[in-house]
Amino acid sequence: MLATLLIFVPVAAALVLWVVPVAREVAGGLALLVALVEVGLWIVALVQFDFADDRLQLDAEQEWIGDLGISYHVGFYGWSLWLAGLTAVVCAAAIGFALWAGRDRARAYYGLMLFLLGSIAGVFASQDLLLFYVFFEAMLIPLYVLVGVWGGPGRVRATVVLVIYTMAGSLLMLASVVAFGVTEGTFSLADAGTSENDWIFLGFMVAFAIKAPIFPFHGWLRAAYTESPPEVAAVLSGVVSKAAVFGLVAIVLPHFPEPVADFRGLVLTLAAVGLAYGSLLAFRQPDVRSVVAYSSMGQMGLITLGVFAVNDLGLDGAVLHSVTHGLISASLFLLAGMVIMRCGTDAFAELGGMAKGRPLLATVVMTAGILALAVPGSANFAGEFLILAGVFDHGWGYAVVGATGIVLAAMYSLRLISGILHVRRGPRVTDEARDLRPYELALVVPLLACLLVLSAWPAAISEHSFPDDQPERAVAEATAP
Amino acid sequence: MIDTPSVDWFALSPVLALLGASAVCLLSAVLVPALARRTVAAVVAGAGFVTAGVLACLVFDASADAELQIAESMTRDRLAALAQVILAGAGALAVLVSWGSKRRSHVGEYYSLLAAAGAGMLFFVQAGNLMTLFLGLEWFSIALYVLCALDTEREGSLEAGLKYLIVGSFGSGILLFGAALTYGATGELGFNQIREATGASDPLFVTGLAMMLAGLAFKASAAPFHMWTPDVYQGAPTPVTAFMAAATKAAALVVTLRLLTVAFPEQEAMWTAAVAVLAVASLAIGNLAALAQRDVKRMLAYSSVSHAGFMLIAIAADNELGAQALLYYLIPYAAMSIGAFGVVAARERELGVDVTLERLEGFGWERPFFGAAMWVFMLGFAGFPLTGGFLGKFYVFAAAFESGWWWLVIVGALATALSLYYYLGVVRAMYMRPGAAGARAIVAGGSPPFDPALAVAVGVSVAVTIGSFVFGGPLLDLAQEAAEVLPFS
Repeated sequence: MLATLLIFVPVAAALVLWVVPVAREVAGGLALLVALVEVGLWIVALVQFDFADDRLQLDAEQEWIGDLGISYHVGFYGWSLWLAGLTAVVCAAAIGFALWAGRDRARAYYGLMLFLLGSIAGVFASQDLLLFYVFFEAMLIPLYVLVGVWGGPGRVRATVVLVIYTMAGSLLMLASVVAFGVTEGTFSLADAGTSENDWIFLGFMVAFAIKAPIFPFHGWLRAAYTESPPEVAAVLSGVVSKAAVFGLVAIVLPHFPEPVADFRGLVLTLAAVGLAYGSLLAFRQPDVRSVVAYSSMGQMGLITLGVFAVNDLGLDGAVLHSVTHGLISASLFLLAGMVIMRCGTDAFAELGGMAKGRPLLATVVMTAGILALAVPGSANFAGEFLILAGVFDHGWGYAVVGATGIVLAAMYSLRLISGILHVRRGPRVTDEARDLRPYELALVVPLLACLLVLSAWPAAISEHSFPDDQPERAVAEATAP
Repeated sequence: MIDTPSVDWFALSPVLALLGASAVCLLSAVLVPALARRTVAAVVAGAGFVTAGVLACLVFDASADAELQIAESMTRDRLAALAQVILAGAGALAVLVSWGSKRRSHVGEYYSLLAAAGAGMLFFVQAGNLMTLFLGLEWFSIALYVLCALDTEREGSLEAGLKYLIVGSFGSGILLFGAALTYGATGELGFNQIREATGASDPLFVTGLAMMLAGLAFKASAAPFHMWTPDVYQGAPTPVTAFMAAATKAAALVVTLRLLTVAFPEQEAMWTAAVAVLAVASLAIGNLAALAQRDVKRMLAYSSVSHAGFMLIAIAADNELGAQALLYYLIPYAAMSIGAFGVVAARERELGVDVTLERLEGFGWERPFFGAAMWVFMLGFAGFPLTGGFLGKFYVFAAAFESGWWWLVIVGALATALSLYYYLGVVRAMYMRPGAAGARAIVAGGSPPFDPALAVAVGVSVAVTIGSFVFGGPLLDLAQEAAEVLPFS
């Protein structure tokens, strides 16, 4: 029941906003309220959740299309509940930011944001393959408009590239969904068996590789992240990319153990290349949002390494790092948005020296940057460490590349910090560019506070995700001689 | 001495209701004063379609067992009844779309012809032998030829009418020739008798099959028999285009399905391959040509060609799932077609000129309801979830996969990816163009008139498009009951 509420409360609110002509402030306030209710619902779910139990919880099932075995079936496992929580928190911050930035055509805008929130929650809750596909696609509809209408000058091109990339992947996945479901006679993730078919596996993999993105499927990334409004970029990189993680862990690992074993080397290699390449690109980018965009690509590579390690350490690390990366990447995009509101740009060439006279901004950016570079002791470090320890089982080479990625992360994070805060004062940094306002602090500080709590207690997630080692066992059995 | 066959008036009642409405409309052109003529004719035609739809529902309910009527020339079964419900619904929506058009002359004739075309289609999908099949085809075609050319003061309309007449007659001729060859080879006209009489690969017989398939493909505007489609769709009055896009295609595809599966099961290896080729050609040509269009009606015409391709995949699958997929697909497809052309009609009436993508600029923000509705239709055409278009495509793919046509699934998926560019192009044009360019579209004569009938038609289309997704289960069950009458091995 709670899973259903998490999906349909925001969707219903979106419909209300679209239909009822309310004033702009009311629309924004209502949207923020609903997003906070969503966070509240998630906390209730967290309290009710029994992490010792490995079964699906908080679930609801309703037959939808009987003859092909398709049902509306939602619920959470420990690890997917964390992703749902990430969604609620990041979306609430993003909607709060939009309220602050004052987006025009408010009813359409906030309705779309809430619709996006509901569909992402649906992705993380769905336990039926077709339902998953439905939500996976439904995410794209609001994103398309949010980027295309409220985005930057190159927004139309960015949306075309985004849609063509993601839909090309999604339609291959649809073919795979059809093939898998019809062969199995059911679309239920719990009831469906395993498949040895490499082609079906590849259909799913390509879709998730584009969504993540994993090298070499990242062509849409920079335009989409930099042309969208900062808060939409926050949701896109922080949360939407995690739909790929959900797909890999919920669909690919349990249902395609043999292809996973066969293709593991290739996927791990691409993920490692993506990590190194994305991090290098991040280091070379001329503006804040591009740095965060490519760092996201690198971190998604790292998460994929963890998932395809297919062992306890790797998977726990992947979930933990999904959450921490989601939080940090959203914080950085929102901070970039705040800088843009002050200086009109986020290009390093025109920024710099903002620390002077702006202690709050300096502190927050510094904290976020330090967390992003995964300093030992931070939650991000914990996640990376688990992933590297997990992937070490499959070859020290991957772990070496992973460790290199951490070094590169330090490089681009420090460049990011100093590019905004230090060096000489940039031409666009005027005295009118004031320090962070209390409202802005209220948006970013909770995200960073979550990260600090997780830094103190990473086991909150890493030991409350997979009560048993089911995915690991399935693949191990398939590869056993 | 020929015995008079007994007539099942109940099974014929939907057709008769529409024929009656058509006759009353025609009389109204003479008897009703000009002032009230539009209201009377439109209400009568609308009532005719609604009555036909209700009667078809009753027939559906009462026809659990398929039977042949009137000397085995007509069928009474759920397949025909479901198709009739869809067709009647499309007709009723077309009447609503027509209501607000600025037509001054031939109002009574217009609605009369619309009802007559509807009656012909309802008759057509009930056909049980080659004679009634051809009769139904000509019946609705002739009505449509005239409807296309009815805007006599517009050159485009006359061109559309003439083109449709010539090409359509050619298609009918081919169909008739094919029917004659089939009759020559088997000595039978009834679908069931043809099945029993088949002489394997008699060249005469095979040629007849091929020509009938080609003739029906003309009507369904499947490539390579689609050449008339863009010109006719663009030139015909928009409400007529809406009706043709939804209803003609539905009728032609349902009859194709019935004819091939009932009369020619022995030749299935041959015709499934042929239909698959038609499907691929339609998907390729329809989508590629649509990419280049600037005129929205023309673009939608090519999109309808590509949708014929999708539905032909369902026929090529040659299994019950495929028949179910086709019948389900027609429901959201008909709603989306009428709705999309309805929105085009709204813009057309605002501007007084043909609607191109450039002239849609800012439309989404000016008319939020129509804009959002167009969004829904475009997403539905593109097969996005939350619309029935998605479930339709999904079922088509599932059916194709079940009969081993996995490469058709891939082709369909690629075609869908391609189609996104132009479907979302409409959305881009409506919402995302830079404001300055919007000045080029000047609304003719102040603020647009409020047209409640059109708003209702578009609203119902949206409701059906989304509702057929949410209530996909029950609708697919209905489609399955209809598909069960076909003799799949």
